[in-house]
Amino acid sequence: MNTQNPKKEAKPKITERRRFLTIMAQSVGLSALGGIVWTGYVEEAKASPLLLRPPGALPESDFLRTCIKCGQCAEACPYDTLLMAKPGDGLPMGTPYFIARDVPCYMCPDIPCVPVCPTGALDQESVSSKKDGKEVLDINKARMGLAVVDHESCVAFWGIQCDACYRACPILGQAISIEFMRNERTGKHAKLVPVVHADHCTGCGLCEHACVTEKAAIFVLPREVAMGKPGDYYVKGWDKKDQERIKQRDLNKLTTKDERSKNKPQDYLNMDEELFDE
Amino acid sequence: MSKLYKYRYLIARRATQIGLLFLYFAGNAWGWKVLKGTLSSSELFGAIPLADPFAVLQMLSAGAVMGVNVFIGAAIIILFYGVVGGRAFCSWVCPVNMITDLANWLRRKLLLDKVERKVWVSRNARYWVLGLSLVVSAVTGLAAFELVSPITIFNRGVIFGMGMTGGVLLAIFLFDLFGVKNGWCGHICPLGGVYSIIGKYSLIRVAHNEPNCTLCMKCKEVCPESQVLYMIGKKSQIVDMGECVNCARCIEVCDDDALGFSIRDFAKSKSKGETQ
Repeated sequence: MNTQNPKKEAKPKITERRRFLTIMAQSVGLSALGGIVWTGYVEEAKASPLLLRPPGALPESDFLRTCIKCGQCAEACPYDTLLMAKPGDGLPMGTPYFIARDVPCYMCPDIPCVPVCPTGALDQESVSSKKDGKEVLDINKARMGLAVVDHESCVAFWGIQCDACYRACPILGQAISIEFMRNERTGKHAKLVPVVHADHCTGCGLCEHACVTEKAAIFVLPREVAMGKPGDYYVKGWDKKDQERIKQRDLNKLTTKDERSKNKPQDYLNMDEELFDE
Repeated sequence: MSKLYKYRYLIARRATQIGLLFLYFAGNAWGWKVLKGTLSSSELFGAIPLADPFAVLQMLSAGAVMGVNVFIGAAIIILFYGVVGGRAFCSWVCPVNMITDLANWLRRKLLLDKVERKVWVSRNARYWVLGLSLVVSAVTGLAAFELVSPITIFNRGVIFGMGMTGGVLLAIFLFDLFGVKNGWCGHICPLGGVYSIIGKYSLIRVAHNEPNCTLCMKCKEVCPESQVLYMIGKKSQIVDMGECVNCARCIEVCDDDALGFSIRDFAKSKSKGETQ
């Protein structure tokens, strides 16, 4: 019967093998398409760094992968500070955060939000300190963010007396201090301006909440955003602890290399002879 | 009364679904200790941890280092559904089920299946989505399905406030109504896939009694996973596919007592396997 229609025979036969391979190729191809779109969405969703996390939260990227989005921290919070990101917020979905200007963290001494975390995305150890040989919760060790002052809109920098943030600070006198500054405009007054100290600021946001300006002139930013990094080129020569820091420097990571690269960084302090030789 | 009996499982399922949502809501609003957290992870009676095994799997894939509680929680859930019937979660707990059931009910009322253009998606798509979610989690370092899961979005919406949650739910409703019949729960949702696997050998099963069957096919019409009822009118046996959600709608619509719940008899099914 093939002789009647030789053209038909020329068509490739659809074997089971071909069917299977084609279906697999289609499934893998569609999965790749979906995967690319999905990955893009996830990458976009997590690229919103201006978020304040609950006390004890791991660094943002670790926090995002470890948080199971169960909301037990938000439920434990007695002040309803913690919110859960929902559709429309434009934030990583289902993760806890807070808006300090609306409801700041009141820094409960018993930190109810942290021990309830089932995954350890909120790390109890990071907000505990040793007291008489026992681990005790210590909210002052929380580092939710860092308060930053906008000198332009802070009325204290204009010379108007205001210490609302200083008074609101739960670590009074340590996280925010009031510094004197000469008022050049009047020539005879002092400005009393707030200065934030990163060593003590927990990022609770009580200052931002208390700020009297229409939009807060002192506000909390995530530490990664608010803080710079001196690198190991600059060392506090008067601080033994800071000198330890450069000893950990990885010499292989130097960008420029010359004869002196063989020396240890701290040798720099005693290299007068070399300078005079040239 | 007979009408109540006719819908006994449906009423029980809705009561469970809404009751659980209420307990979660009360846990947040009034501090009830019965059930705290959300469907991703919760605490029962202030002591027993529970966790979504799929969420934990994604987080492991994303490279998370987690506390032991969440693993105990996931183990409890796997054990529970492994015995009760994996996808009982889908029909008795998951809140999205109420939305997709509504869409499916409307489909039947509006005779959409008979008229509309057909959109075809494989029933196995959920396993591809399941695999894909693990890959995307590994690539992005973030539990990928948890970020978009309408189940936990809805669940959190009820507990913490809805926001734009309605939009997500409307999308699923429209997809199931005008896109694919049982599109979300029966084709796409990877969590359903996970529970299909977990409950593959579970004990509580729907069983078919072939001699009673009059081939009216009401069960296949109402079943959200109609492929699992392949034996209807052919053979007396249990529904052995993991995709069965144990919703018991087939039992309710059957007027001939040809379907009912039973306990899987491992010895029997094993000997059967040998003779085949």
